[in-house]
Amino acid sequence: MMTSECMPVTLEFGGGAELLFNNLKEHELQLPNSRIWTVRELLIWMKDNLIAERPDLFFHGDSVRPGILVLVNETDWELMGELEYEIQRKDKIMFISTLHGG
Amino acid sequence: MPALCKTNCGNKAKLKRPKTGDALCKECFFSAFETEIHFTITKGKLFQRGNTVAIAASGGKDSTVLAYVLKLLNEKHDYGLKLVLLSIDEGITGYRDDSLDTVKQNRDDYKMALKVLSYEELYGWTMDSIVKEIGKKNNCTFCGVFRRQALDRGAAQLGVDVLATGHNADDIAETVIMNVLRGDIARLQRCTDVATASEGAIPRVKPLKYAYEKEIVMYAYFKQLVYFSTECIYSPNAYRGYARAFLKDLEKIRPTAIIDIIHSGEVLRVKENVGTRERGVCERCGFVSSQKVCKACVLLEGLNKGLPKLGIGKSSKVNKMREMKMNPVVDF
Ligand SMILES: [Zn+2]
Ligand SMILES: [Zn+2]
Repeated sequence: MMTSECMPVTLEFGGGAELLFNNLKEHELQLPNSRIWTVRELLIWMKDNLIAERPDLFFHGDSVRPGILVLVNETDWELMGELEYEIQRKDKIMFISTLHGG
Repeated sequence: MPALCKTNCGNKAKLKRPKTGDALCKECFFSAFETEIHFTITKGKLFQRGNTVAIAASGGKDSTVLAYVLKLLNEKHDYGLKLVLLSIDEGITGYRDDSLDTVKQNRDDYKMALKVLSYEELYGWTMDSIVKEIGKKNNCTFCGVFRRQALDRGAAQLGVDVLATGHNADDIAETVIMNVLRGDIARLQRCTDVATASEGAIPRVKPLKYAYEKEIVMYAYFKQLVYFSTECIYSPNAYRGYARAFLKDLEKIRPTAIIDIIHSGEVLRVKENVGTRERGVCERCGFVSSQKVCKACVLLEGLNKGLPKLGIGKSSKVNKMREMKMNPVVDF
């Protein structure tokens, strides 16, 4: 069985959340394959490695701030186990802020 | 793997509705969302056949979804409305000029006429020049007062019958909380109304009153509606920010919190004459005002005389406190 070193994952940001991540709407990641990644661990990684400014506008405790919507492969994470969801190769995880003006 | 759609349509569920907790597929969600707005419109008798309706369009998520859904419902249910877009240009470089591009996109996509009215043409001041004059303190007061009146003036210029705004359930619940915290009884009474009509002003309606922010954003995302999202470059509304964070936290524990708070606002009955002032018209500009001279005119006078503090804070607060002391009771 072949195991590759890394697991490709796409992160997308919208609704203003991209402003906190260098104004980039899409980030292609290669997560080390040495362990299982849940969304919880992904968020910790993002906090340490990806966010460019004002982390308090995005993170809250071990989760995202209420008002940030999360979609895993176009599906509401509330139907996918939220923080406990185990990320798979080539998953697309989208973060949409609802906190910006209407 | 996510569950199947609750309606047994056979599709995979795509989102959990905040209001009901139901897991729905895209199509069933669209239909539920649109049907609820249709219900808000018909139950509240927001429009009459033949009305011309101005949609207050900022280019943000709420007004973009509002314009899309109103157009869709107007065609589907044959409301017989003429829809136009009304935008206010506050004159904030790098903020409003970009969002106006989004509104222009709406205009082209939805084939609606668009009127843009600027603070500069109405008041002789842009927000950029106001901030230059007064700094970043209190500028939101100017902006809010001017915008409210600018929408009235724009609606009057367009000769529309009704002005529809994109206020959603979360916004309204936040406003209830803010008005309670400030003791603003007059606004507390009005802010949950789905339609407000005051003499001399064009009636305003809120078709998205019961639509949750999450649903609006998900709807826009699944429908691939393009909207503009950034913060105003001048101080974001900190007070509303706290109310919002508080609500979101409440919602985590109690998912019905938002509707509950709106309901509380609706059933609040304030003893007659408590905190409600007669509404007349401003003797200078002729638009609706509870005072002889409206807030917009007082602020403008201050700006033009180089006394920007005029009309901000103190006196109105003192009056409010005085009223409250005399009439301290709010009944349910
Ligand atoms: Zn369905
Ligand atoms: Zn006036």
